Amino acid sequence: MSASGPEGLRGNVPSGAGKEDGFLNKGLEGLSHNFVTGTLEELVKWARARSVMPATFGLACCAIEMMATGGAHYDLARYGMETFRASPRQADLMIVAGRVSQKMAPVLRQIHDQMMEPKWVISMGVCASSGGMFNNYAIVQGVDQVVPVDVYAPGCPPGPQTLMHAILTLHAKIRSGELTQRRDANGGGGAGIEVTQVDGQTDTGAVRLLQPTTKD
Amino acid sequence: MSSDTDTDPELADLIAQTSEESQGLSRGSGLDRLREMGAVLRLSEADAADLEGEAGDADQTMIINMGPQHPSTHGVLRLMLELQGETVLRTKPIIGYLHTGMEKTGETLTYLQGATNVTRMDYASPLFNELAFALAVEALLGVEVPVRATWIRMLMTEMNRISSHLLFLATNGMDLGAVSMMLFGWREREEVLRFLETVTGLRMNHNYIRPGGVAADLPDGWADQVLALLDLIPPRLEEYDTLMTGQPIWRERLQGVGVITADEAVALGATGPILRSTGYAWDLRRDQPYLAYDELDFDVVVGSYGDAFDRYAIRLNEVRESMKLVRQIVDKMPSGDYRVQDKKVTPPPRARIDESMEALIHHFKLFTEGFQVPAGETYAAVESPRGELGCYIVSDGGAKPYRLRVRGPSFVNLQTLPHMMRGGLMADAVAVISSVDPIMGEVDR
Amino acid sequence: MSDASAEEVADPEDAAPEPEPTPEKHGVPVTDSLGQEVLHPTREQYRDLVETLRGEGYLVCIDLTAVDYLAHPHRETAPGVDPERFELVVSFLSHEHRARTRLRVQVPVDDATVASIVDLHPGADALEREVFDMFGIVFEGHPDLTRILMPEDWDGHPLRKDYGVGAIPVQFKGAGKEERT
Repeated sequence: MSASGPEGLRGNVPSGAGKEDGFLNKGLEGLSHNFVTGTLEELVKWARARSVMPATFGLACCAIEMMATGGAHYDLARYGMETFRASPRQADLMIVAGRVSQKMAPVLRQIHDQMMEPKWVISMGVCASSGGMFNNYAIVQGVDQVVPVDVYAPGCPPGPQTLMHAILTLHAKIRSGELTQRRDANGGGGAGIEVTQVDGQTDTGAVRLLQPTTKD
Repeated sequence: MSSDTDTDPELADLIAQTSEESQGLSRGSGLDRLREMGAVLRLSEADAADLEGEAGDADQTMIINMGPQHPSTHGVLRLMLELQGETVLRTKPIIGYLHTGMEKTGETLTYLQGATNVTRMDYASPLFNELAFALAVEALLGVEVPVRATWIRMLMTEMNRISSHLLFLATNGMDLGAVSMMLFGWREREEVLRFLETVTGLRMNHNYIRPGGVAADLPDGWADQVLALLDLIPPRLEEYDTLMTGQPIWRERLQGVGVITADEAVALGATGPILRSTGYAWDLRRDQPYLAYDELDFDVVVGSYGDAFDRYAIRLNEVRESMKLVRQIVDKMPSGDYRVQDKKVTPPPRARIDESMEALIHHFKLFTEGFQVPAGETYAAVESPRGELGCYIVSDGGAKPYRLRVRGPSFVNLQTLPHMMRGGLMADAVAVISSVDPIMGEVDR
Repeated sequence: MSDASAEEVADPEDAAPEPEPTPEKHGVPVTDSLGQEVLHPTREQYRDLVETLRGEGYLVCIDLTAVDYLAHPHRETAPGVDPERFELVVSFLSHEHRARTRLRVQVPVDDATVASIVDLHPGADALEREVFDMFGIVFEGHPDLTRILMPEDWDGHPLRKDYGVGAIPVQFKGAGKEERT
């Protein structure tokens, strides 16, 4: 192979590698697949779904049910998820279990930002999903105001079976690759739900919207 | 070389791209290239050891932050610890990370809905919150609760005390490293929650004890289920004794840790196992009985040293005392109504709504507008697994409380934390927090 | 509990019965609220009364809270006690006598300061901070009067009656896109 410039120096790379939607920028999804890489991607998704490590983010009553799900009767260990990692750097799933107060929201955002990609968020319970029964000054009305959520688990608190259903839904979404595709469509966040404000309000006031923390 | 770059512009490009300048590297001398000289600590090891030896020098202390998200399973409590080496000097517990505005929300909910709100304060023992609220409302209403409802309330709250203490044992074990204790505690707790689910319909946050009585009668076969539980738990408690109580490692880690004296505890307003661990025998069930506790025979478990081991042992033995109480309640449970039959307060049974117009109207009014409570103010207190749980309600005569105040025991008990941690090691901080057993829902409300 | 009351029964032949003197305890009016003893000191009498009660055996300050009576100004207080907007409600417990007592101190909104009892009852520390946070009542002599439940830079005192609950309107999926008033 003749030395024909920088591309030549880097060896034999698939065409389109350095382009914006090439694999150097978009990971496996950016590859124009052949049989080998397609199977490789399936393998990666299979492995990711089966080795999810949750981060400890139990806040209130839902945390008790989350711990019960990890207990002997309902057993998260069958999915390899019984070790809740205290350090967000080691975790890839954040189960927001409980009501998020105004004081806690920046902390939530900071912990989420410290997690490495790929990362997922399950909003456990109605308080995390929408503010629940506490529609007041103190509670963030839905944790998706602060972090992008992939699965919402309703309940007050959701029993272990509901939480496991949410986790299995997440596993299915990881397996199908749906999540990474959705993220791109939305500019990197959320579960793809669009909310239109039909009552003409432009400023809901009660919710403090946070800027993503910049890494210095 | 230069001839090559002259003739081969691409090669020249490549060299230029990889040269130091293009990659932002400076050409200055070694030290100039560093951004900051102040990052390197130049201190000999001997000097550092000398520094540690100097006691009482405020400049040498370090303030570290623990929480609000941390592996200790006690919710969103943040601690600022002032350390000198490994010794904790001063502590500031910072709370408010779970403030839910429940007292404000309580002013917008009717008295029938109020139980759903207060039950989520102390979420490890929700029935106690509901009980305190119901007792306060009933005092304002001036209704007398039927005797069966009183005994059902005692049964359910004692079962809740058992499940709350099992949660404490599980989390205390796990915080100290006995991770299998977490699984054991939860195993037993699931059985108790199964019983609570059979009676109330929910595993947690039951909304079962309401002003006027309880929401539904005990189902058939409840006594058998309770007695089966009472047979299941004592051997498991023996297991915990083997795993923890007699074990040297456990004792070393908890004895002498987090000591508090009776004077301090009383001055700080601490109640519950923290106060009883100092040897002070104050238990509302015995000393200011509510419900029908004066008709039951039980012991108040008291410690002697005021340390974390005493608090652990007290809670373990309170499970045994609660089982004793439950056995007596099963024997003595009276028959009768499960809630007061005052139509202005209690919704009619669902079946009656089909038959009677009046019942339908009462149902409608009670669930939309709620019942009016005469103006006044009162305070009702119960002995929750964490201490004295009080409810102060001010009514202006309307259907919603004018002011709902819940005195959460953990809020006041947390004030003992700095005193317990003073002079101890940082590694014991988790053990001390765990022994206080705070539930942040009632701390922050 | 002993009332130092001297009730005078009205002579039926009189045109107007003589007013009963207000029952008093330690120099402050005392009333009975559904079987519970309530004392009504003024702000000036408050701290001394707490000290007196300590001497009597009420060693535990079990609860310290406040009520904003903006929407219920004509509630019942003791005879001779003028209601103000805020009321500080402090409960004490005596283990020795197995007795409780409650103090209701009237606090006006334009001068919302009360003496702090932290040096007498260290357990009132966090409770007073909470009252300051939620109502804006300042406790003189408190070592660290800062917000405890809300973030430190929060504006307003949430439990006051003129502070809204802060509910946001709930949108329902499928709600029509017509103009709504």
